[in-house]
Amino acid sequence: MKVLMLGWELPPHNSGGLGVACLQLTKALASSGADIEFVLPHYPSDSGFEHMKVTSAFTKAQQFLEIENVYDSYKFKVTGEHREYFNISDQQSAFEEAVSYIASRAEFDIIHAHEWLTFRAALRAKWETGKPLVVHIHALERDRAGGADGNPLVREIEATAMMLADQVIAVSEYTKQAIVDDYGVPADKIKVVHNSIDVEDFMPVDGYNDYKYFVDLKNSGWKVMSYVGRITIQKGLTHLLKAAAETMRREPKTFVMFVGNGEQRDELIELAAGLGIADRTFFVDFQRGKRLRDAFKVSDLFVMPSVSEPFGLVALEAAGYDVPVLVSKQSGVAEVLQSCLKVDYWDIDEMANLMTSVLRENALAGELRNNAKREFERLSWNGAANNLMNIYRTHVEGVPA
Amino acid sequence: MSKKAIVLYLHAHQPYRVRHYTIFDTGNYHNYFDTNDDDPDSNRRVIEKVSAKSYLPTNKLLKELLERYPEFKVNLSITGVLLWQLENWAPEVLKSFQELVATGRVEIAAETFYHSLAFFYDRGEFEQQVQMHRDKIKELFGLEPTVLRNTELAYNNELGVWAEQHGYRGILAEGWDPVLGWRSPNFMYRPKGTEHIKLMLKNYKLSDDIAFRFGDTEWKEWPLTADKFSHWLSETNPAEMFNLFMDYETFGEHQWEDKGIFGFLEHLPEHWLKNPDHTFMSFNEALDTFQPEDEIDMPYTVTWADTERDLTAWLGNSMQQQAIGSMYALGEPVLSSDDLAIIDDWRKLQTSDHFYYMCTKWFSDGDVHAYFSPYDSPYEAFMNYMNAYHDLRWRLVQKGLLE
Repeated sequence: MKVLMLGWELPPHNSGGLGVACLQLTKALASSGADIEFVLPHYPSDSGFEHMKVTSAFTKAQQFLEIENVYDSYKFKVTGEHREYFNISDQQSAFEEAVSYIASRAEFDIIHAHEWLTFRAALRAKWETGKPLVVHIHALERDRAGGADGNPLVREIEATAMMLADQVIAVSEYTKQAIVDDYGVPADKIKVVHNSIDVEDFMPVDGYNDYKYFVDLKNSGWKVMSYVGRITIQKGLTHLLKAAAETMRREPKTFVMFVGNGEQRDELIELAAGLGIADRTFFVDFQRGKRLRDAFKVSDLFVMPSVSEPFGLVALEAAGYDVPVLVSKQSGVAEVLQSCLKVDYWDIDEMANLMTSVLRENALAGELRNNAKREFERLSWNGAANNLMNIYRTHVEGVPA
Repeated sequence: MSKKAIVLYLHAHQPYRVRHYTIFDTGNYHNYFDTNDDDPDSNRRVIEKVSAKSYLPTNKLLKELLERYPEFKVNLSITGVLLWQLENWAPEVLKSFQELVATGRVEIAAETFYHSLAFFYDRGEFEQQVQMHRDKIKELFGLEPTVLRNTELAYNNELGVWAEQHGYRGILAEGWDPVLGWRSPNFMYRPKGTEHIKLMLKNYKLSDDIAFRFGDTEWKEWPLTADKFSHWLSETNPAEMFNLFMDYETFGEHQWEDKGIFGFLEHLPEHWLKNPDHTFMSFNEALDTFQPEDEIDMPYTVTWADTERDLTAWLGNSMQQQAIGSMYALGEPVLSSDDLAIIDDWRKLQTSDHFYYMCTKWFSDGDVHAYFSPYDSPYEAFMNYMNAYHDLRWRLVQKGLLE
């Protein structure tokens, strides 16, 4: 089965869970026999993968000055001496042209596109090659907009792609329901393929923890609540801070740590100061590797109160590092992880109540940790890969899944 | 009838800025102020830059003026944290200040050693810092200050009373219209609740003509010449003295040499002293010569900053309040630690500039605040500072003084 896969980011040049999910999924698909060419806008050639071919759509002639954040709404494109403004729509257009060219020369059976940014290119490739198209919804515009409508142009692209594709994949039942309700896509066209995580991908955590300050304070009875991910309105972090302030009234020896970056950071700093808890609130910037693992290891509770979360892979990661997890009921991850605490993202009193309980009651924290671990060991991407391989076959060979 | 006097007062200060300091430094490295000299904004390189652009050429000019005009007088204040940095990185600047003072016509005002707002948070700490500064001024210049200026000219009635009780002859404050009402800053006053001490008020309009507007080509009075400025002062009546108070760094740093600021200073005595009824005065001469016209009541704190003339540039937002509140809350364990390094770090972290960098009221006063910050944003400044705060806290926990 030859798959032309379109994506927007891959580790280590990712800004969030999308790149991680794409990488894990392709690994599992490859071991199920898929032959994948993964096309994304720009990927440095020196960090290739063995399980698939990675192709940069933009050639070296178009060097980007800024490739740190793949979601920048604009970048500068440099071609020789020439330098031009390149907004997100221009990037999609350029990507579409490049994919059209790549698709005309590549051999493949099916097109699999992740996220709306690749959908224009995917539709054109389907039109020009006649191959079946699978669109994979990791998040909807209304999720990114924190429950609001978001950008109508983005919604338009999402809606058109879902209508014209042969198959829609949603990362959770929660997201499938949203697609049916908000976009009017027939439910039987949408299949849920949950994200997952592989135990063997977890790096061992060595003895010395980089967060020495937290480690030392924990030894004198302090507790750490953490959030890891983009600092953005979608994640419900103002609710987290307000609940944390409530919790600190009852359990003063509590810290909150935000690991990540995003447009809402400064607002949260001011909110923490306004709540009088800025001396116990830490913003640790985006981390990967050891400092990301160590962040989980110093945490007594992981909190992700997203306003609307299609999946939320990071919560599984937290569970994998033995951290009790509290997520919003508006999160897809709650469908695959039973041993976690769930709360409506807007219910600050209840959130504070649950936070306080976990921090106070070692028995509760221990149960959550152990049971999640047990669930976690059964998880793997293989199930997701099997589901997808069946879906591919249905469309390529006409064999019912 | 005594002569009309210019009381020129220049305030020199540079903080120990906190280096880029992350949570991964907290609990590991305590060198908050070891800024990297590869960075042009490192503490050392700022001292070198300001010395070359401002301190050295200005002191040279002031010395020439003192030699040329026997009536020329200057008043200074130099913070303790600047004196330390000069001792380390620019001893020739320190020497030039000492030469000025040696003429006997340059006075130095008392203030907090660390350029702090301790008066409003910890009275005992404030008194300690003023004493440290007195000791340092005595050691380096052989002077015992008799006039007090608080950080950022922050003044209220309580400070006036404190200064009288502690033997000061005079105290400095902003001549702010809502407080003065119909009265003019060009006379001597008495702080409410005091009997002997005198209050000298900055003439902010004339001072800011030099300190802020001098290089502004859009200003209708631009270019401002020493001749024109002297003329304005001559025509201002009635008036006994003109309190021209400003940052020392006005000369060469805030106002650049190529805008003619040194030429202005050079020619000011010449034009002003043309009239035999004009002179310059040191603080003590002014205090000897002029008697209070009235009592001034400032129950609320007034500073020399911004259009609000209050402390909002340092304490106006919740980040600033949290940062300074957290730091002063460490006072008791810090002082009981008997650890001189911890005490000194705590005090250096009290310097008001740290809180100024966290100011978010950019929109009305943006140009002044944007003037210099080593941080990308007020939020970065806050996070950086708090990481250092937590390290200081950690050191106290290690000593069993906090949990």
